Amino acid sequence: MVQKTNYQDEFEREHRQSLYKSPSDDIQDKIVEVILFSCGLVSVLTTIGIIVIIFQVTWEFFQKVPVNKFLFDTQWTPLFADQHFGIWPLVNGTLLTTAIAMLVAVPLGLCSAIYLSEYAQPKVAAILRPAVELLAGIPTVVNGYFALLFLTPLLRNVLPLEIFNALSAGVMMGVMIIPTVGSISLDAISSVPRSLREGAYGLGLTKLEALLRIVLPAALSGIIASIILGISRAVGETMTVLIAAGQQPKLTVNPMESIETMTAYMAQISGGDSPRNSINYDTLYAVGAVLFLITLALNIFSHWFANRFKEKYE
Amino acid sequence: MATAFSDDSQEFTPNIERRESIGKIFEYIFLLGLLLGLFILALLLFDIGKDGLARFLTPGFLTETPSRFPDKGGILPAIVSSVSLGVIVILVAVPIGVGAALYLEEYAPKAWWTDIIEINISNLAGVPSIVYGLLGLGVFNYLLGFGPALISGALTLSLLSLPVIIVTSREAIRSVPDSLRHASYGLGITKWQTVSNHVLPYAIPGILTGVIISVSRAIGDAASLIVVGAVSFLTFNPGLFQRFMALPIQIYSYITRPEPGFSNAAAATIIALLAVILVLNGIAIYIRQRFSAIH
Repeated sequence: MVQKTNYQDEFEREHRQSLYKSPSDDIQDKIVEVILFSCGLVSVLTTIGIIVIIFQVTWEFFQKVPVNKFLFDTQWTPLFADQHFGIWPLVNGTLLTTAIAMLVAVPLGLCSAIYLSEYAQPKVAAILRPAVELLAGIPTVVNGYFALLFLTPLLRNVLPLEIFNALSAGVMMGVMIIPTVGSISLDAISSVPRSLREGAYGLGLTKLEALLRIVLPAALSGIIASIILGISRAVGETMTVLIAAGQQPKLTVNPMESIETMTAYMAQISGGDSPRNSINYDTLYAVGAVLFLITLALNIFSHWFANRFKEKYE
Repeated sequence: MATAFSDDSQEFTPNIERRESIGKIFEYIFLLGLLLGLFILALLLFDIGKDGLARFLTPGFLTETPSRFPDKGGILPAIVSSVSLGVIVILVAVPIGVGAALYLEEYAPKAWWTDIIEINISNLAGVPSIVYGLLGLGVFNYLLGFGPALISGALTLSLLSLPVIIVTSREAIRSVPDSLRHASYGLGITKWQTVSNHVLPYAIPGILTGVIISVSRAIGDAASLIVVGAVSFLTFNPGLFQRFMALPIQIYSYITRPEPGFSNAAAATIIALLAVILVLNGIAIYIRQRFSAIH
């Protein structure tokens, strides 16, 4: 009897204690929250780090080389005695390989997305989709190997290609980007409501007509977002073009010639251990700044499109 | 029935059979486009197997240090470098990435600065790997003074992997049903105990899948390591603060050698790299299949 009262007293006290205590007062919980918050902060610091470092060195570069020489000269020869710092030959190389890549990636990516979402049996699609996505998992140095040592010799049987050329590199880059265009387009196409398709069939449209006139237009903003993201990937891609497209910055639209992209120049200049504050080191960051701004603009644009399409159906 | 319909109307002819056969043709065109990509993949794998398998099977290829001669020596320093890089990326990027994901999903209030963190992460995911190299060169090589060492390369790859880990972990955490959290809170359990005992275990398969995918991407990346200063020839297994290389760098260095025979060595190294990536992805797929069956 006595024992039981003791027990109840103890229980009462404990009970009251936990009543006055709110979970948010728990000091351990606060500490954990701060730790997790600082993890989130790392990503912000990364962005700040990229921006500060790139633009600080780029600023130093423009102290040595006037901006108008960077933007309006038509030659890029920082490694020669006769130095020119016109960015356009490098931009030209990047645009050329990117254009070739997109000519490959957009049709093949869209075909894959349409087939997988509209025609393939679910079981077949479950196998084919990861298989297509494997293309993005191949390291890009491997794509470069294949472009230089398989594709170029093969194409040289029919085309007067130089050993290093924009065409082979661009094609392999396009193959790499198929899953980028394909996956996001596939999600966009699959999220078009079934009722739209059924309405179209009810009006007597065939499957293809419903696809071309109803489904694809409804998924258009998602498809465009995927294409812009693909362009951004192609612009930033390094190893394929470094290995297979050459190292000759020039203004040309001929895909059979050797060119140099912005990324390939950056990799080329890095290999030689340029000392800090040398003009080579500075050009690395100046070209990097242009590359960063282009990909950033493309990514923001792509997200903007993707969000528009999300708002529509959710 | 199609003919009866067209008899009734002068203006509209349904032409169903023709339209359906056009549809069928396009179905095959779409299929062809899909198969073309897979065909190139198969061709690539076949070509590399043809070029590199003999060299890959040479005794000592995986266990010896490199040689000046293409048919001698091995790629051990590159393998050791890549494995060390992968392990450090897991040790550094996974806790930070999962922590950030937990913060954003479980703790973050709806405010302008959490929006900024989110936008920032999705933009980071699209930054080219060579730009991460510029960051690594500036911060780890010069600012922190590590120089072109393994640790600089590893930390650069960690930052590169972070956005993918955060995004996939967030998806996994978001898919945990709210009923689990509510039940836990209903028993008077604190937030962190709820998260660590109930939310995380439930989300772990999804998180692991994302981790493996991003690590296999980091192991295959060469561009950022070139900028940070990986060397193209290494005869010892690097320590944390020594010069380093990696399998993709070894491949690139073999490709750029003009002498015959080095392309076979490159292909053989590619086989080694693809094998590592294939095993990692196989594990990811296995985890995904196994746990999606349970839930």
